[in-house]
This record gives sequence, structure tokens and C-alpha cells, in this order.
Amino acid sequence: MDTAFPLKRKDKGTSFKLHPQKVALWLFLVSVFMLFAAWTSAYVVKQSDGTIPDLEIPLMFDYSTIVVVLSSVTMHMAYIFSKRNQILNIKISLLATALLGVTFLVMQCMAAVEFTNAGGYWVGHPMSSFVYVLAGAHGVHLVSAIIFLVIVVNAAFRYRVHSKSMVRIEMCTTYWHFLGGLWMYLYLFLTLNH
Amino acid sequence: MAVSEAQVLEHSGANEHHDDHEHHGNFVTNYIFSLDHKVIGKQFLLTGIFWAIIGGGLSIIFRLQLGFPDMDLEWLRPLLGKWITDTGKLDTEFYLALVTMHGTIMVFFVLTAGLSGTFSNFLIPLQIGARDMASGFMNMLSYWLFFLSSVIMFISLFIETGPAGGGWTIYPPLSALPQAISGSGLGMTLWLVAMVFFIASSLLGGINYISTIINLRTEGMSFTRMPLTIWAFFLTAILGLLSFPVLFACALLLVFDRSFGTSFYLSDIYIGGEALPNTGGSPILFQHLFWFLGHPEVYIIILPALGITSEIISTNARKPIFGYRAMIGSMMGIGVLSFVVWAHHMFVTGMSPFLGSIFMILTLIIAVPSAIKGFNYITTLWRGNIRFTPAMLFSIGLVSLFISGGVTGIFLGNSALDIFLHDTYFVVAHFHLVMGSSAFFGMVAGIYHWYPKMFGRMMDDKLGYIHFWLTFVGVYLVFFPMHYIGIAGFPRRYYSFTNFDAFSSFGDLNMFVSAAAIITFGAQFIFLFNFFYSMIRGRKAPENPWESNTLEWTTPRVPGHGNWPGEIPTVYRWPYDYSKPGSESDFIPQTIPLSSTPESNLAHEEESAKTEQVDK
Ligand code: HEM
Ligand SMILES: [Cu+2]
Repeated sequence: MDTAFPLKRKDKGTSFKLHPQKVALWLFLVSVFMLFAAWTSAYVVKQSDGTIPDLEIPLMFDYSTIVVVLSSVTMHMAYIFSKRNQILNIKISLLATALLGVTFLVMQCMAAVEFTNAGGYWVGHPMSSFVYVLAGAHGVHLVSAIIFLVIVVNAAFRYRVHSKSMVRIEMCTTYWHFLGGLWMYLYLFLTLNH
Repeated sequence: MAVSEAQVLEHSGANEHHDDHEHHGNFVTNYIFSLDHKVIGKQFLLTGIFWAIIGGGLSIIFRLQLGFPDMDLEWLRPLLGKWITDTGKLDTEFYLALVTMHGTIMVFFVLTAGLSGTFSNFLIPLQIGARDMASGFMNMLSYWLFFLSSVIMFISLFIETGPAGGGWTIYPPLSALPQAISGSGLGMTLWLVAMVFFIASSLLGGINYISTIINLRTEGMSFTRMPLTIWAFFLTAILGLLSFPVLFACALLLVFDRSFGTSFYLSDIYIGGEALPNTGGSPILFQHLFWFLGHPEVYIIILPALGITSEIISTNARKPIFGYRAMIGSMMGIGVLSFVVWAHHMFVTGMSPFLGSIFMILTLIIAVPSAIKGFNYITTLWRGNIRFTPAMLFSIGLVSLFISGGVTGIFLGNSALDIFLHDTYFVVAHFHLVMGSSAFFGMVAGIYHWYPKMFGRMMDDKLGYIHFWLTFVGVYLVFFPMHYIGIAGFPRRYYSFTNFDAFSSFGDLNMFVSAAAIITFGAQFIFLFNFFYSMIRGRKAPENPWESNTLEWTTPRVPGHGNWPGEIPTVYRWPYDYSKPGSESDFIPQTIPLSSTPESNLAHEEESAKTEQVDK
């Protein structure tokens, strides 16, 4: 390996091309989806045993679901504003999204307290542990999305997010909507299955 | 080695940032933290070889116990220490740990990382005409996570309580309760931690392979002109992407059960007369999650080997691969079906017979695409101008092993027969032929075939032939008798059979198997010698030693980072134009335009030749 050839920027290639980072993101989302698909299927299998303890899904989940939907709206606004180059609005809506994201996480923690008080323990019947696993793993992913969001906010404050530089915010929006959708799925799954 | 100061620019069509970074190679960036896919491929290969020696070595130790139960193993004490008991016997729990680690190492570290990691990394950019992977950094990270995982797994071999001992499938409750056996203590924890890193590494690698294949193909390299190797790596990566997260889900719940008090997999367990607090869980749940990964995993192992074989057989039979599209179709079929057959590993878990017959039918259907592949290999060989290179011999060996092992799969797939055969040596024989040996043959074939491109030198053919014949005969001698042992009812994973009168007549057969295993294992050192010796002393390789059509043979003898010194070649045809009627040469590389071969073009090719854009 004693030579390094110039890697040309304008190499030719197939006409069928997608954005490599976006493809990578989508593939990552597929694997996250599979993770939750596995757990929710396991939940259904477990449930079919018949030994279901009588547990109420915390009421707080209703409210946190609303918050996560709102955050998706503000995220999408940020995306539209960047297409239109409305820099101030981008910043505001991104910050609002981050704030809603953090609020959501706080509410999830409150939900956990509520759940515990109602007898849904982490150490206990698998059906109650599963609630923690599902919401917790979703929360961990949301933390990563907030970190991503902070990176985008930082870029926005440096005027690096606008109609000609959309990749970052597009990817962030995708991830955010995905996690919002994932939570909706988990919420419906848990409430309808109880 | 002089490293030129040539600038290396990020290769990316739609990439946003084009940081032009200088490529000052030094030893560390060139060989250790390298971003070059070829170096990363070789790192996977060397680590895989290291693990293969360890994994094989462990199996020899437990084969000694099985074949020669009365043997005094005192001489192993320097190596195994207190795992040799005072009477000079192998410790019974350590025996289980050996079996477990042998399985884990071979399935994940050798035949997943060592095989896919090596050849996907090395061949994808070279065969699709790309300068490197979509993300060199992710690729490097993938190797180093694998390395970290390897280090943790390796350390677990040396700890006081021994490595994990619950079988490579780590079924709870055995694996969940540290008080059950010593192998469920720290060793199991390390196993789980190592596997988490392994999963992360596989996912990073897989994401990279897929996005590289989608995005970075050179001009003209349409999906239907891709070599079957690339198709195989592509589908393997998709299978991995869909199944490894499930293993993660499965393992994480086990971690919670082991260390955080939950009872996902535990219920109604008494240890020493005392009840454990866990209620409501189910160990069967674990099996569902595990085998949902586990079955696709076996195809993750075999598909790359089958892809490599397709390429080598076509090249060395000097014939186009028979049924190119059928090959792709059957790989896709195998891929889809592999997700709906997992419960054939669970026929005896008390599932309803009706469900059992559904899984039985789905399982038997998998035999169809598998058989298509088998037939296509044979028809490709049929009346070919076969060149028996070592790589070709190993590929043919793979076909033979894949068929013999596949046939016994059909026995096992019958839910009624499986009640008897489950967890006997028959299963061991089945998967060692169809997966273990086949994939190993594919890997070795790949090494013999692409060695010239990897190291710029040729391996020695004569040693290759000796290696092949010893290994080929050897694995049949090892695994074929296991069918009889299994039909006789020997359960797998048992430490000894000397207490059962029914099995005493099989003592000789077990001894024979062990002896064959030792010889076969020994034969691998011929390969190792050849591998390392040829790196320094091998004959210098010509650019296209096998007269092959694919793009990697258009690079210089030892390609640098970036693969092609000039323009990336354009592709004008599929990769299997061997012995094309009308053509003088018996191979036409993918880079030869159709318009320059009017004598051999088929009617539709003549049409496209008219509109072909050829660069000068
Ligand atoms: C013709 C297609 C095949 C059929 C019908 C089939 C069927 C089966 C069945 C029913 C079992 C479970 C036996 C038991 O535990 O009682 C089994 C085990 C196994 N098969 Fe196959 N198989 C086929 C091909 C393959 C292939 C191609 C591979 C790998 C590349 C493979 C790898 C394995 C492994 C690793 C096990 C054992 C896992 C363990 O318990 O440790 N099989 N097979
Ligand atoms: Cu299977």
C-alpha cells in the first residue's frame, strides 16, 4: 500500500443515487423499528399466556403523547421555515421543539412515578417491566434526537441552515418524526392492549 | 514504504462537505486506524483467522473428552490449570463452557465477522467500481467495535469462573441464574457485553454495505450487472439489519433478568429447595426472540459464502453462471423465508401441533430456493472448461457440503421426526455440514481466490491442493458419522456417554471422529503457513491471474487507497461473459464495450451497442 491515488470528487457513477447519509439514517431507523417490533411482539406473546396483572397505563402518557405530537409540528415548521429562509423563525421553532422534547422526557419520568405508585413495578411481573422497557428505550432514543437537534440549532445560529443547506435539518426532521410516530405506536399499543 | 503525498479527496457524489484532507500515511493511519476498505477487510480477516484457531482449538479439547473418555489429560494442565481435575479429567462445567465458546466464536466471530466483514469490505468497492465505502469512518468504527467485542470475549476465556457455559444459544433460565452453573456468572455477563458491541459493529458495517451498494456503483453497473458476490453481500446486510436488533432486544431483556431483578424469562424456579421471587416470565419467549435472529443468522453466514462460490465457479468453469436471475431470486426467496421459519428450532417446546405444521411447511419450502442454487452450481460446472485451482476445489467442496447438509435439514424440518432428532448429534451433523463446513469452505475459497488482490502475491497451489483434500475428506469423516450417532439417540452437549450401556457400542465411532477432527484441524496449519509465507515469498501476482471479468482485476497489482489510479472504469456488460460464442478470448471483462465486440454480441446486445456511450 505505498501509493494513495487521488480520490476524485467528480467520479462518475450510476444515475440511480440517493443521499448516502440519508440512506444510512433510514437504515438505522429500520433497525430501531425492528428493535421495538421485537419487544412489542414479545409483549403480545407474553400476554397470550393469560396471566396478566391488572395494571393501568399511566394517565400521564395521554399528555406526553400530546406534547410529542406538538413537537413534531414545531419540528416540521422549522423545516418549512428553512426552505423559505426565514432564519429567525427557524431558530424559534427549533428551540421550541427542543423544549417540547425535554418536557416530554420529564413527563415520561413522571409517568414512571405514577405507574410505580399504581403498583406497576420495574421488578415484578414482566407485563409491567415491559412498560418501562418500551418507554425507557424510546426515551433513550429521544435523548439522542435532542442531541442531534442541539447540533442543528447550533448550526442554525451560525446561519448554516437554509434552503441551500437542508440535509442536516431534513435528517433531523426525519428522525424526530420517526420517534414521534414510534411513540404514537407504543402509546396505542399499550393502551389498546390493556 | 514510501507514501506519496498525493491528496486524497472525499469521494462522494452527493456528499455535502468536501473537506480536502491530506493523506499523510504513517503506520498508524495506514494499517491500524485505516479508513481504507481494503485494509479494514484484511483486519477482519486476520482477526477472523485468529478466532478460527482459538475456536478450532477449543473443539479439539472437547473432542478429546468425547473420543477418549479415559484419557489422562494431565498434560493440558499448563494450559487449562484448574479446569483439569485432580484425576486428570476435564472439568464437567468447563466442558460446557468449551462447547459454548466454540459455537459462539465460530458462528459470530469467524463466520459472520471474519467472512462477511472480510469480503464485504474488501470486495464491495472493488467490484462495483467505487473508491471506498460510503463512510470510511463508520467502517473503521465497525472494525474497532468488533475488536473491542473480541477482546472482551477473549478475556472471558481466562476468568476464574470460566467463560459462558449455557450453549451458544444461551437459553435461560440456565444462562439467567448465576447460581445455576459457574458459566452463568461473570463469563455470561462478559458474553452479553461482548455481543452488544458485536451487534453494534454488525449494524454499522451492514448500513455501510447497503448504502455503498445503492449509491456508489460506477457508471453502467446496474443492479442486473452486479456480480453475485455483491448481491449476496447486499442481501446478507439486509438480513443482518433486520435480525440483529432482535438479538439485541433479546439479550437486553436477559441482561435485565440477570442483573436488574426483572423476570422476563423467569418463573417458578426453585434452587436448593428455595423459591426464587421471579414470577410470570417465560423462557420460551427467549427462544422465540433468539431464533428470530438465529435462523436468519445462519443465512447471514452462508449467503456470502454462496456468493463467493458463484463467482469462483463461473470464473473457473469458464462459463457464465447458470441462471443469474434465478440465483438472485433464490437468494431473495431464502432471505424472505428465513424470517418465517424460526420455530423449527422449537418443535419440542410444547407448541401446538397445528403451529408446528405451519412452521414445518414454511421450513420445507426453503429447500426449494436452496436446491435451485445447488442445481445452478452443478449446471454451471456441467461441461465447463474447469480449471481446478484451490479456490475452485473449495467452491466445489462447498456445493457438495451444502447439499449433503441441506438434505438432513429436510429430515429435521419434519416436526414429527424432530421430536426424536432434536438436540441429538444429528442436528450437530446437519449444521456443521450445511453451515459450518460450507461457510468455512467458502471463506477459504475466497481467500485463495482474492489473495493475489489482497497481498499482490500468489499462494502456493500445491500446498493448496494438499490442504483441500485433507480438509474435504476430513470434514466428511468428522461429521458424517455424527448422523449415525444422532440417530442412535446421543444427545448433544453431554460430557460423557460411558454411563449408558446403549451407547457403549459407539465408543469406537466417537474415537474415530475425534481422530479425524484432530487431523483436519492439523491440516489447517498447512493453510496458515501458505497464507503467511506467500505474503513475503509468494510469486508476484499478475494483474488478472484468473482471467476474470470483474472490476477488481482492472486495478493495479496492489491497489492503493482509491483503488484506481486514473478514472474509475465504466461497465458495459454483465460479469459472466466467459467462453462467449464468437469471441476469440474466453473471457470479456466488464469494461469492454459491447460496440467493440460485434463478433460475439447477442441480438439485444447489438441493439444496445448502437447507443452505447464509450469514454475514451
Ligand atoms: C434445506 C434447508 C434446511 C432445513 C429444512 C433446515 C432445518 C433445520 C431444523 C428443523 C433445525 C432444528 C433441529 C433441531 O434443533 O431439532 C435446524 C438446525 C440448524 N440448522 Fe438447518 N435447515 C436447513 C438449512 C440450513 C442452512 C442452510 C443452515 C446454515 C447455513 C442451517 C443451519 C442450522 C443450524 C446452525 C442449526 C442448529 C442450531 C442449534 O440448535 O444450535 N440450516 N435446521
Ligand atoms: Cu433454522
